[in-house]
Amino acid sequence: MNYIIENFYYSVIYDNRYKFILEGLRNTCLIAFLAVILGTIIGVVIAIIRNYHENTNKLPILNYLAKVYVTVIRGTPSILQLMIIYYIIFKSVDVNIVFVGVLAFGINSGAYVAEIIRAGINSINKGQIEAGYSLGLNYSKVMRYIVFPPAIKNILPALGNEFITLVKETAVGAYIGIVELTKASDIIASRTYDYFFPLIIIAIIYLSLTIFISKLLNIMERRLKND
Amino acid sequence: MIEIKNLKKNFGEKKVLKGINLIVEKGDRIGLIGPSGCGKSTLLRCVNLLEKPTEGEIIFNNNDICKLSDLSNIRRKIGMVFQQFNLFEHLTVLDNITLAPIKLKIMDETTAKKEAIKLLKEIKLDSYANSYPKELSGGQKQRVAIVRTLIMNPDIILFDEPTSALDPEMIGEVTELISTLANNGMTMVIVSHELNFIKSFCNKVAFINDGKILEIGTSKEIFNNPKNEKLKSFLSKIKNK
Repeated sequence: MNYIIENFYYSVIYDNRYKFILEGLRNTCLIAFLAVILGTIIGVVIAIIRNYHENTNKLPILNYLAKVYVTVIRGTPSILQLMIIYYIIFKSVDVNIVFVGVLAFGINSGAYVAEIIRAGINSINKGQIEAGYSLGLNYSKVMRYIVFPPAIKNILPALGNEFITLVKETAVGAYIGIVELTKASDIIASRTYDYFFPLIIIAIIYLSLTIFISKLLNIMERRLKND
Repeated sequence: MIEIKNLKKNFGEKKVLKGINLIVEKGDRIGLIGPSGCGKSTLLRCVNLLEKPTEGEIIFNNNDICKLSDLSNIRRKIGMVFQQFNLFEHLTVLDNITLAPIKLKIMDETTAKKEAIKLLKEIKLDSYANSYPKELSGGQKQRVAIVRTLIMNPDIILFDEPTSALDPEMIGEVTELISTLANNGMTMVIVSHELNFIKSFCNKVAFINDGKILEIGTSKEIFNNPKNEKLKSFLSKIKNK
């Protein structure tokens, strides 16, 4: 028993080591939150470009680029994308490493969000869209008032899944030295030579975060259903 | 009002419309009949450019609408009623009707709602204003869909098999509403397999086969005195059913 208490003391309290965990938690939340926003923006834009092209045959070049983007991002490991952005693109630039994380994870998530949104748009039956056009609504009004409201309802579970994945994915940031939760536990363990508490603590934190998000999404889903 | 000249439509290699000429005058009630897959629905969908014609002209109010890039102003003047009703499932009956006039800034919200309720009262569905489409029967849905085009005050309404998806006992309420509109002078083009309805209701009937109009005339001429052989065999097949 004493051994466990001592172990906990050295892992968390001694030398204010819990501060690493707090910093890690802050950075994990910050990166995940901003990357979700960035990813959603990118995803919506890409999905609209692709859908607009499918409907009107306009914007062929942008559509091609959007397809390449989705293929490349989905076809390579996110850790590799992170390293390319940090070690190649920002090689000779002094850049905030948390910002690099936001950028990499946002760009990564955008590709998945784009596909989810595209599936959502396609889930709306074509007849309703045609009815919208036949009443004189244009493409953007049809999208805004007829397609997106029910589409968002349909894709919310998939989108929630993607956000939860993103929170966990930020652990990869440790690889380039971002002090997020995983790196924080690593720093502590490298001083105490004991991984037990650092790993178990951050596991509990990750779990709490993802449970919190899925609860939040459940509430949103229920709200939308009652609408 | 509408003049269709040499209209052609291909889907890839497949030629669906092979040169259609048709004139719709104000107050006309034109029925399009013909075997399945003959192109009659495609013709209807070309008129408000849900399908883009491959070739030909559609003159509406002195404009060739095939050449326009902004179709919104044309489409709001050409109402369309679909086989599957196509109500917006996530909106109430009232919002279904008021969405377009409000978002296109034709009416403000209060006026649009008032107008919608007035129209719903005429079809005795005002008590359903706040219901969702899934709570309505097929016949009710189709009547709401018709009212949704009426609020736009269209010059013409296109009906694409408006009763084909309905249970038999609900066909009457929809055809009745269509008749009322016609009596008020609405111009319409109807694609339908309800030949009895077409016969009694339309002033002109066009028989379409394999992408071409083979015969056009008054409904008496078409049904009582058909000249084209294919039309004769089409009508006899239907009668024998």
